[in-house]
Amino acid sequence: MQQSTQAKNSKLVKKLVVIVIGMFGFGFALVPLYDILCEVTGLNGKTNTIAASTENIRQNKSRTVTVEFMAITNKSMPWQFKPVERRIEVYPGEVKLVNFYAKNESINDLVGQAVPSVSPGRGASYFNKIECFCFNRQPLKAGAETLMPLTFYIDADLPDDINTLTLSYTMYDVTASVAGESSQSSQTGE
Amino acid sequence: MSYATDTHDDHDDHDHKPTGITRWLYTTNHKDIGTMYLWFSFSMFLIGGFMAMIIRAELYQPGLQIIDPNFFNQMTTVHGLIMVFGAVMPAFVGLANWLIPMMIGAPDMALPRMNNWSFWILPFAFAILLSSLFMEGGGPNFGWTFYAPLSTTYSNDSTAFFIFSVHIMGMSSIMGSINVIVTIFNMRAPGMTFMKMPLFVWTWLITAFLLIAVMPVLAGTVTMMLTDKYFGTAFFDAAGGGDPVMFQHIFWFFGHPEVYIMILPAFGIVSEIIPTFARKRLFGYSSMVYATSSIALLSFIVWAHHMFTTGMPVAAELFFMYATMLISVPTGVKVFNWVATMWRGSMTFETPMLFAVAFVILFTIGGLSGLMLAIVPADFQYHDTYFVVAHFHYVLVTGAIFSIMAAAYYWLPKWTGHMYDEKLGKIHFWCSLISVNVLFFPMHFVGLAGMPRRIPDYALQFADFNKVISIGGFAFGLSQLIFLYVVIKCIRGGEKATDRVWEGATGLEWEIPSPAPYHTFTTPPEIK
Repeated sequence: MQQSTQAKNSKLVKKLVVIVIGMFGFGFALVPLYDILCEVTGLNGKTNTIAASTENIRQNKSRTVTVEFMAITNKSMPWQFKPVERRIEVYPGEVKLVNFYAKNESINDLVGQAVPSVSPGRGASYFNKIECFCFNRQPLKAGAETLMPLTFYIDADLPDDINTLTLSYTMYDVTASVAGESSQSSQTGE
Repeated sequence: MSYATDTHDDHDDHDHKPTGITRWLYTTNHKDIGTMYLWFSFSMFLIGGFMAMIIRAELYQPGLQIIDPNFFNQMTTVHGLIMVFGAVMPAFVGLANWLIPMMIGAPDMALPRMNNWSFWILPFAFAILLSSLFMEGGGPNFGWTFYAPLSTTYSNDSTAFFIFSVHIMGMSSIMGSINVIVTIFNMRAPGMTFMKMPLFVWTWLITAFLLIAVMPVLAGTVTMMLTDKYFGTAFFDAAGGGDPVMFQHIFWFFGHPEVYIMILPAFGIVSEIIPTFARKRLFGYSSMVYATSSIALLSFIVWAHHMFTTGMPVAAELFFMYATMLISVPTGVKVFNWVATMWRGSMTFETPMLFAVAFVILFTIGGLSGLMLAIVPADFQYHDTYFVVAHFHYVLVTGAIFSIMAAAYYWLPKWTGHMYDEKLGKIHFWCSLISVNVLFFPMHFVGLAGMPRRIPDYALQFADFNKVISIGGFAFGLSQLIFLYVVIKCIRGGEKATDRVWEGATGLEWEIPSPAPYHTFTTPPEIK
């Protein structure tokens, strides 16, 4: 009796420990799950972080879409950051190049990282970036200014009721975390 | 393992009780460990309560007079952490340790060594947490919910201590709940089927499953915080592709089941006490079991009602609103059953019953304000105001804490062998009841009028109410010293308690002598 209870106990403990470890893993699995959910629902207006291909772009010249640009800096980021053009008209499938202006107004060399968000969120997945300064960190010497390019097109499948897409960039100061990493090649390559 | 058991059998033979400090350090006895949990939780209750007194002293008048805002933030944060993880949860674990083996006819918990371990790591966890208050830059100041980026990008250097203490608390809870589950599954006396178990055992079984499901998620959350803050990951950092709102999702995925962890055992306690003093069987036993289970299941799909204002799609807001409201159905079943148990019972109102009846009424008030908060458009107004503070203090203080007080008075004669001082117990109850309402009820009004929580200063129009609230707070804090006195007096002596203690008490724990012998049910009882 005593022995069998102990055997039963350790069997049950093992099962429960597996649940505990599983739930610890599930906590971390929530991170990719959240990203997937955001992508599916367009929550947070998350756009693709990898470049879209330029091949097989379908065009739809029968309508135009207004694309608005916003640029803000995180409060600890001493840069001037703004779009060169605030609003343009494109037709779905039209590949367009726009520029964003940035100036480092501090006395330190800084590295910035722009994080995009598209509103309305439902339209985020139709906003395809072929080339974007937000794909890489942007180093800028003290007092220097630069123009940062964005090449994009709007997917032809954009729902009819969306006539305006607003792309907003927030520029963060990531100098500290770049300094923390010993060798970083991506920041220098464009 | 076998060695441990051998030694233990040895103890059984002699009914030998070790003495001195080593008795408490090395003990594997469920009653000793339960006692330590209860004393630990009471001391944490006093420490956390003292912090609440500091908060209320600062808020006694508008303007900043006693403490600076950063310290105020540390007080609200650590008050919350201490009360949730140090007072309420260990108190329930202590009650589980004392009562579950006696209620199901088991000689001890299934894993006595682990039981010792899960208690003894707790004091270290809280020593770490409290010590961070004295460090340069102060302790955690980001609220007990430690939202990123407040707790990552903007937190002070002592955050690592906070994180490790939460890890240890989590481990303790997980070990404790594994122990409870294994005990209930494998150690029941012959004939004690699941549907014959006392409701306290049932609610704890369900609570234990909630704990092993969500405490690891909390551990994961603080681990992500740790790596975000100290090792350059970006789970919650937008600059690195993470998302601070995701923190809130993960936290509340833990956090909502957590609030039921703190109330389900209370439901169990009240379901034990009301039938005793109504001298009737509990109305709707099986519906109680099913209601508790459905509350537990629903708790996993309502977390986002804590974050309606973060910007969610309307569909999600509707889903979480309706799911939250759905919980009031099983909760309503429980309240109905308690009232139906009292209906036409031969009721007497000893202190445990007074606390239990107050629980039913005041917890329902807290539940109702919860329903108000669940309504999305209304929540946009109530969010982060004192209305929320009023709501969760009604469910946690007049809910969880009142049930723990009720449990302490109810089982104290069984634990100590003496009756407590009934007159002082009643004085404690009435002082607590009046002061707790003076303390928390006006918070509804200032909250509806827009007073934000977690701010050390407030607009002048809230001054009168805040003065009243603070006076209620001081009175409630002082009232708890009566409780301390009653408990000590009861341990030291008093009228001898009978085995059954209460006329209408049923259950295995009332079949054994008072005080409960060091070892009980070494041969399993027969359950008819």
